[in-house]
Amino acid sequence: MHKESRIRDPLIDGNKTFHDITVEVAYPVEGKANKYWWTLFGLSVILMLWGFGCIAYTIGTGIGVWGLNKTINWAWDITNFVWWIGIGHAGTLISAVLLLFRQKWRMAINRSAEAMTIFGVIQAGLFPLIHMGRPWLAYWVFPIPNQYGSLWVNFNSPLLWDVFAISTYLTVSTVFWYIGLIPDFAMIRDRVNEKINPLKKKLYSLLSFGWSGRAKHWQRFEEVSLVLAGLATPLVFSVHSIVSMDFATSVIPGWHTTIFPPYFVLGALFSGFAMVETLLIIVRKVVNMEAYITIKHIEYMNVIILFTGSMVGIAYITELFMAWYSGVEFEQYAFLNRATGPYWWAYASMMTCNVVIPQLYWIYKIRTNIIATFVLSIFVNIGMWFERFVIIVTSLHRDFLPSSWTMFSPTFVDIGIFLGTIGFFFVLFLMYARTFPVVAQAEMKTILKSSGSEFKKIDNEQ
Amino acid sequence: MFQLNKKLHFTSISMIVIGLLSLVIGFMSDAHSTWTNLLFNNYFFLGISLFAVVFVAIQYVAEAGWSTVFKRVPEAMMAFLPYAGIIMLFIVIAAVMHWNHIYHWLEPGIMDPNEPNYDKIIAGKEPYLNAPFFLIRSIVYVIIWIYCARKLRQLSIKGDLEGDIGERSFFKGLRVSGWFLVFFAVTSCTAAWDWIMSIDTHWFSTLFGWYIFSEWATIGFTTILLIALFLQKTGHLPDLNDSHIHDLGKFIFAFSIVWTYMWFSQFMLIWYANIPEEVTYFMQRIEQSNYSFLFWFSMVINFVVPLIMLMSRDAKRNKTILVIVSTVILIGHWINSYLLFAPGTLFEHGHLGLIEVGVFLGFIGLFIQIVSRTLSKTSVEIKSHPYLDESKHLHT
Repeated sequence: MHKESRIRDPLIDGNKTFHDITVEVAYPVEGKANKYWWTLFGLSVILMLWGFGCIAYTIGTGIGVWGLNKTINWAWDITNFVWWIGIGHAGTLISAVLLLFRQKWRMAINRSAEAMTIFGVIQAGLFPLIHMGRPWLAYWVFPIPNQYGSLWVNFNSPLLWDVFAISTYLTVSTVFWYIGLIPDFAMIRDRVNEKINPLKKKLYSLLSFGWSGRAKHWQRFEEVSLVLAGLATPLVFSVHSIVSMDFATSVIPGWHTTIFPPYFVLGALFSGFAMVETLLIIVRKVVNMEAYITIKHIEYMNVIILFTGSMVGIAYITELFMAWYSGVEFEQYAFLNRATGPYWWAYASMMTCNVVIPQLYWIYKIRTNIIATFVLSIFVNIGMWFERFVIIVTSLHRDFLPSSWTMFSPTFVDIGIFLGTIGFFFVLFLMYARTFPVVAQAEMKTILKSSGSEFKKIDNEQ
Repeated sequence: MFQLNKKLHFTSISMIVIGLLSLVIGFMSDAHSTWTNLLFNNYFFLGISLFAVVFVAIQYVAEAGWSTVFKRVPEAMMAFLPYAGIIMLFIVIAAVMHWNHIYHWLEPGIMDPNEPNYDKIIAGKEPYLNAPFFLIRSIVYVIIWIYCARKLRQLSIKGDLEGDIGERSFFKGLRVSGWFLVFFAVTSCTAAWDWIMSIDTHWFSTLFGWYIFSEWATIGFTTILLIALFLQKTGHLPDLNDSHIHDLGKFIFAFSIVWTYMWFSQFMLIWYANIPEEVTYFMQRIEQSNYSFLFWFSMVINFVVPLIMLMSRDAKRNKTILVIVSTVILIGHWINSYLLFAPGTLFEHGHLGLIEVGVFLGFIGLFIQIVSRTLSKTSVEIKSHPYLDESKHLHT
C-alpha cells in the first residue's frame, strides 16, 4: 500500500480526473496553432536560416572566416558546443536519476526536458562537425577500417572520447525518450478519427508500436525504463566529464585542474535546469499545463539550481584558491588575469550570473515566483555561456610566450552560427510542442490518486 | 530499549584495550609512525560519524521519506563525532606544539629565508598554512559540526515526543540542515586540505575535497547499513524491510562508483598531463614498494567488489552478500585512508602492520560502545514523524 505524507504538496492541481489529463495533454496536438506560436516559429526559422547561411559560408570559404587566430585557436565554436551539451544534461538527469530516486515530480517535466536534451545535443554536434573544415569526411572520427594503411583515430585524445561519449548519450537519451512516448502516442492514436484524418491515424499508429495498454506491456515498459535509467545515469556523468577532459588533460593553466570532471557535470545540470525552466515556463502558459507543471515543480527545479549553482561557486573558489596555493607562477597568473585582466567583464558576468544571482533562491518568495524564476533562468543561461567563454578564451589569450598575447573578437559568422543554433533549437522545440504530448500523461495518471490535489485533500481528512 | 548484549559489550571493551595497548606500544617504539596511525584511523571514524550528520541533513532538505524508520541509526553514529573531533583537535594541537611532525610545513624555520631548511614554495603558502589559522580553522570546524549534530539529534527526539506527525520539530530540523549543509560543503573541502592535503605540502589538487567526501559517503552508508542490519537482527527495527535495505545497498553501490569516479578523475588527469609538481604524489604511491601494492589493491577492491557483487537486485536484498561486501569496502577504504596520510609522513618507512590494525580495532570498539550507548538512550523505533507512514510502507 502506498502512503504519502500530508506535508507534501500536491503535484497535480485543480481536481483533475484521468480523462481531464488525456484531453488537456492531447489538446495542443489536436488543436490549431495560435499566432504566438507562428510568430515565434517564424522568428526561429529566420534565425535558423541565417545560421545555416553562415555555416555554408564557413564551409565554402574555410574556418578563417571565424575570429580565431594563432593564439586563440578555440573560441566561440567550442564555447557553444560545451554550452549546448551542458543544456542537454538536465533531461537525462530528470528522466534517469530522478527516476532512480523515485521523484514523482519529474513526470511533469521529463518529456520536455528530454526533448530539450536531444535538440541541444544536435546543436552541440554541429560545432565539431563544421569545425572540421571538411565535414564530408566527418566519418573519419570513427575508428573504421580503411584502405589508407595506418590511418587511424587517436585513441589517446579526449576529443575522440567525446565522439564515443556523445554518440552513446544521444542514442540512449533518444531511446529512453521514445520508450516513454509510446503509451502517449497510443493515446493520441486512439483519439484521432480515422475518417477525418487517416494520415494522422496511420502516423501515430506507426509511432506507438501497437501499444495496447495490456498489463504485460506496462510491466515491460517499467522494466525497460528502469534498465535504461541505470544505463543513462553513468552517462549523465561521463559525457560532461569527458567534455571537461578536452581541457583538463592539457597543460594549459586554467584548463588543467582535477576538479573539472565533477564540476563540469554540476555546471551542466545547472545550465540544463535553467533552460528547462526557460522553456517550460513558456510552455505551461501557452498550452495550459499550469495544473501539471505547478509552482511546486518550479520550486524543486529552483532548489536544484540553487544547489548546483552553489557547488559550481565552490568549484570557482576552489580553483581560485588552489591557483594561489599551488605556488605555481603560471597558475597564479592565469587566475589573476581571469579576474582582473582584459576579460575581467566576462569573469564578472560569470560570477554574478552563476554564483551570486542564484543565491536569491534562498528566499522562498523568489523561488516560488514565476516571473522571477524566468528572469533568473535567463541569467543562468547567460552565465553558463560566459563560464565556458572564460575558461576557453581567457586561458588561451595569454600564451606562455608574451609575444603571442592577443585578444579575440568574434566575426559576424561566429555570431550568426550561434544565433542560428538557437533558432534551430527553437524550431525543433516548437515543432515538438505541436506534435508530441508535452507531458508524460500516462505516467502522470499513475500519481493522480496519490499526489493529485483533490485526492490528497480526501486522504488528509481521513 | 536497546541494550548491547554481553558478548558484544565484552568484545568491544577488549578491542578498546587492544587499541590502547597498540597505541602505548606504538608510541614507545616509533612515536612518529604512531601519530600517523592515530590520525588516519581517527580520520576514518571522523568521516563515518560526520557523514551520518550529512545523511540526516540531506534527508531533511531532500524531503526524503524512505529512511525515517531507521533514522536513529545515523543519529547514533553522530554521537561519535565529538570523540573523533577531540582526538583530531588533540593531534592538531600536538602538531602545532611540535609534539609530532606530521605537518611538514609546521617545522620551525621552513618559512624563514635565513634558515637552512627554508622552502620557498611552502613559504608562499604562509597566509593559509600557519599555526594559528590552522588551529582556529580546526576548532571552528569541529565545534560547528558537533553543534549542528546535537541540534539535529535534539530536534529529532523532540519531534518524536511531539505527537501527531511531529511537524514543528521537523521544519526546525529542515532549517538547521540547510545551514549545516552549506557550512559542510565549504568546510569538508577546507578540512580535507588542512588535515590531509597539506601533509604533502607542495602538492595540490582542486578535486581533493570532493574526493574525500566521496570516501566519507561510501564508508558512512556502509556503516549505516551494517548497524541497521544488526538492529533488525536483534529485533529492534521491526519496520525495517527489504526495500530499505535494498535502497541502502543501492547507495553503497552508487557511492562506490562515485568514489571511483573521483579517484579516476584525479589520478587520470594528473597522470595524463604529467606535470612534475603534481605527478610526484602518485609516483610516490606507485613506485615505492611499500605502498604500490596497497595503492592498486585498495582501488580495485573498492571498485570491483561492489560493482560486481552489488550489481543485481537480488544481491542488494541478500543480507549475507551485503555484509560481506560492506566489510570488504570498509577494509578497502581503511587501506585507502592509510595511503592518504602515510606516504607524506613516513615516506619509505611506512608499513601497514599489526599496530595499525590494533588501533583500528580500538576505534571500532570505542565506536560500538558510543553508538550502542546512544541507541539505548531513546527508543530505536520512531513514533511520530511526517514521513513515518511513508517509510513504513516503503515498497519498491
